Amino acid sequence: MTNLELRAQVEELHARYAHALDSDALERWPEFFTAQGRYRVTTAENEARGLPLPVLYAEGHAMLRDRIASLRHANIYEPQRYRHILSAVLIDPEGANLVKSVANFLVIRIMENGEAQLFASGRYVDRIALPELRYEERVVICDSRRFDTLLAIPL
Amino acid sequence: MQRSWPVEGATRVPYWVYQDEDIYREEQRRIFHGPTWNYLGLEAELPDPGSYVTTFVGEMPVVVARDKQGVLHAFENRCAHRGALIVMHARGRAERFSCIYHNWTYDHAGNLTNVAFRKGIAGKGGMPADAHPESQAPKKLKVEAIHGLVFGTLSDDTPPLADYIGPQILPRLKRVMVKPLKVLGTYTQVLPNNWKLYMDNVKDTYHASLLHLFFTRFRINRLTQKGGVFVSADGAHHCTYTEMVEDRGDAYEAGGMRSAGGAHDFRLEAPELLEQVDELGDNVSIQILSLFPGFVLHQIRNSLAARQVVPKGIDRTELNWTLFGFADDDEAMLRRRLLQANLVGPAGYISMEDGAATGFVQRGVAASRDRASVIEMGGATIASGDSRVTETAVRGLWKAWRGYMQI
Repeated sequence: MTNLELRAQVEELHARYAHALDSDALERWPEFFTAQGRYRVTTAENEARGLPLPVLYAEGHAMLRDRIASLRHANIYEPQRYRHILSAVLIDPEGANLVKSVANFLVIRIMENGEAQLFASGRYVDRIALPELRYEERVVICDSRRFDTLLAIPL
Repeated sequence: MQRSWPVEGATRVPYWVYQDEDIYREEQRRIFHGPTWNYLGLEAELPDPGSYVTTFVGEMPVVVARDKQGVLHAFENRCAHRGALIVMHARGRAERFSCIYHNWTYDHAGNLTNVAFRKGIAGKGGMPADAHPESQAPKKLKVEAIHGLVFGTLSDDTPPLADYIGPQILPRLKRVMVKPLKVLGTYTQVLPNNWKLYMDNVKDTYHASLLHLFFTRFRINRLTQKGGVFVSADGAHHCTYTEMVEDRGDAYEAGGMRSAGGAHDFRLEAPELLEQVDELGDNVSIQILSLFPGFVLHQIRNSLAARQVVPKGIDRTELNWTLFGFADDDEAMLRRRLLQANLVGPAGYISMEDGAATGFVQRGVAASRDRASVIEMGGATIASGDSRVTETAVRGLWKAWRGYMQI
């Protein structure tokens, strides 16, 4: 596979991930990860200080599914949608079975009353397993330390 | 202040307390600048001589610093000259502090030590010999640290910190803060409501298992479990706790409550997230402690955190979370604390709803400043007890608030 083909595949993965979250297909979210895949939301500040605290963390399909099950059946939050805007995707292949990727994101949050706001910006720092093209690790590094009201739907 | 409290007294809280700009201004003066101890940070964040952090007491920007002898100080982050912030970084280490505007310089205690070109240059310019810029010096806070927590007060009338916290609550604070801490990380949750609605929520032992369904669905905390609440004599501070027992009762199911598991037996696929080691050795799974006006300490299983409540206007509050472990945590404990970080904060399984619920009150009462909350669970008393189906600690908050505000 050429670098260009690999790049197209990685961008396609990121795009499918974003569309799944934005269209409330949350049950598909775990499937974007390998069986032991890790998902971590953190802040640029904690990363810079070398502090390990996640805002949200899951490893493996069971924990990823628990997060969605809790959103569906336990947690109460005002109806809201996200719109992910992705850009500046870089890829860095590491052997035949792994490609690393960095991409910028903006997430706009739209409430039921129509209020839309810039909810989060940051970087996805990914390790993607090949050839299955799933996230072995997705670290969501938010630029700001502030989160408005709550972070329910994953970024 | 000309405000009338509902005749029912302790069981009512009028909605204007969350809405009036002049109440908000008066709170800054009477509460945050008054005879209260305000949380400034953890000693672990100020480990070395020269370490500093910037924070807030009410709306006042504040610098907290450790001097070369290791003594902690706190002072208003406002230059005596033109009022600019003296320190612009969140934290760091410094030999001294220099205002960026005109390079006026301060020591770690906030004393003005140098005015640039005070005597002019080559006999020209400079300040008159009788000028006294120190008259506008930044305010200094009295600082006390207790069990690794640093507090400051702006009033000379504040009692010593241990007396302020009182004998009901102090042992519950000490219970958690048993060893040197290690900070795991921080973040801020921005709440769309008055600061008191958050404190009110923290002290409301009645809501936890009804709003936070995660608790109840997984039988982590039901009101049928053994627990209780402590309230300080003045009502200002509280502590609630729940013991580790698996609840086999069905009070929620029998009551047909939304939070009941229902026909769907809800189980985590990865329950290791909740596995607790009884590190404090007293079988308590959850303890929430609050100190007036804006400090919360939590132990939720093995998640430990300090929360600082910072008012940012009548309908906006910043909640600064600092999660920590102990310096001697092994890898397994660190991993447990990081997994259980999922329970708290803006994405917390059992805390994400708090910001939403308190915001709903702020929005719900928009046109009802003449109406009041009904706070009658447990009657009208303000006292410690072994039931959590009570709003006793909420009534305590308002008793204390009215005392400070003279309303």
